[in-house]
Amino acid sequence: MKKGDIIRKSLLGLCGLAIFVLSGIRFYQHRHLPEPVVLGEGVTAVKKLGDYFPDIKGTINDCNLYFLEGEEPGATLLILGGTHPEEPAGRLVPWLLVENARMRKGRLILVLSANRSATTVTRPSGAYPTDFTIPTDWGGQTFRMGDRWSNPLDQWPDPEVYIHYPSGQNLAYVDIRNLNRTWPGRANGTITEQTCYAFMELIREEKVDLVIDLHEAELQYPVINTIVAHDKGLEMATLVSMMLSDMEGFSMGSEFSPKNLHGLSHREIGDHSDAISLLFEAPEPFLDATRGITSREQLLEGKDDFVVKAGKHGLLFAPIDENGWPIKVRVGRHTSTILQTMECWNEYYPDKEILCENVPRYADLIENGVGYYLKDPDKADPDNVIYE
Amino acid sequence: MDILNSLISIIYYVFVGYIALLLIYNLAKSKNWKEEILYIVILIPFLLRLFRLK
Repeated sequence: MKKGDIIRKSLLGLCGLAIFVLSGIRFYQHRHLPEPVVLGEGVTAVKKLGDYFPDIKGTINDCNLYFLEGEEPGATLLILGGTHPEEPAGRLVPWLLVENARMRKGRLILVLSANRSATTVTRPSGAYPTDFTIPTDWGGQTFRMGDRWSNPLDQWPDPEVYIHYPSGQNLAYVDIRNLNRTWPGRANGTITEQTCYAFMELIREEKVDLVIDLHEAELQYPVINTIVAHDKGLEMATLVSMMLSDMEGFSMGSEFSPKNLHGLSHREIGDHSDAISLLFEAPEPFLDATRGITSREQLLEGKDDFVVKAGKHGLLFAPIDENGWPIKVRVGRHTSTILQTMECWNEYYPDKEILCENVPRYADLIENGVGYYLKDPDKADPDNVIYE
Repeated sequence: MDILNSLISIIYYVFVGYIALLLIYNLAKSKNWKEEILYIVILIPFLLRLFRLK
C-alpha cells in the first residue's frame, strides 16, 4: 500500500471514528440520563417491581414503585405511568403525584416508568428528540424521551407474528415489545411479558382495587380524549366523564374495552384480577403521522400547522387550533380525571374510600404550568431523591 | 422461547461482528476514496450495535 493511501484511509477512518464516538456518546447519555424524583411527604415506602417477581429483579425494567399510604384504610389505586414513554404526560402525572400528593384514606401506588427499557430509546428513523425539559422556577428538569416499544437492545429478535399469551390472538410482530399489548404477561416470556406478569403479581399481592393506565394519542387515532374502561368499571367511567364535563371545564368520553382485543391493560387486568382497569387518553399532536418538525417545542407545546390542516380536512378525531395541546393541558386533563375517578369511586364504594389531597387539578395546571409542581432535587434532602 | 431468542441474539451479534470485519477489510483493500467513505458510513451503525449503543 502506498504512503498516500495509508494517510487517506487513516484520515477517513478517523472521521468515521469521530462520528461513531460522538453519536455513541449521545446514545449512551440518552440511555443513562438520570431523572431525579423528589419524594414528597406523602410517600411512605419505595419498593421495586422485582420485589414481586424475582425474574425482573436487577433488569432494566425493575422499576421503582412509590407507595402513598393514608392514615385511614381504604381502597388501593395503582397508577401506571410510562407504559408508552413517548407519551410524556403519562409519566409527568405520577411524577407530580409522587412529589406532591398526600393520602388521607386508602393507598396509592405510583409507577413512573412502567416500561423503563422503552424510556431509553426513541423511534428509529423518527428523528425524535432524546430528551425534553420542563421549565421550572429553579431552572428546569430534563426527562428522557422514550418510545412506544421496549429497547431492542433489551429484547430482540421480534417474531414474524406476535402470538399473544394466553389468548393466542395474532398481533403485529413489533407489539411483542409493547407493554400495552403483553398483558397479563408471562412468567417465562420476553422481558416485556415478564414486566406485565410482575405488575399482575403486584396487583394480586397488594390487592389493588383500581388500576389507571395513563396514555396520550395522536389526533388521527379514534381512541382519544377518552376513558377506556373494563366492563367492571364502565358505569363509573361514564360518571367520571359526565362529572369532568360538568365540573372541570373539559370534555372526556368513555368507552368500553373490546372483549376480543387482547393484550391491553384495560382488558386483561380486569379479566385476570379483581381490580377494575381504566385507561386514560390525552391528545399529543407530536405523534401524528402528518406532523411537521418533530422537535422538543412541538412535543411540549403541541402546536403543528400540518396537524391543524389535517383537522380542516376532517381527518382528526380531536379538535386542534393554533393554540395546540400544550403539555400543561394534557397533564391537567389526566390529574383531574384521576381526582374525579377517586371521587366517583367513593360514591360507588363508600366503605372503601380513597381520599387524596394536594394534587393540582386541570385549572391549577393551566394557571401555573407543570414545572410549578416539580421539586428541585438540589435543594431536597439527598435521602429523599430517587432516580428513575 | 427465551433460550431460542438468546441463541438468535448471539448469532446476530456474531454476524454483525463478522460483517463489520468484512467492511474494515474492504476499506483497507479499496483503492477508490468514494468507496472508502461508503464503507465507513456503512460501518458506523454496525459498530453502534456491536457496542450496544443503539
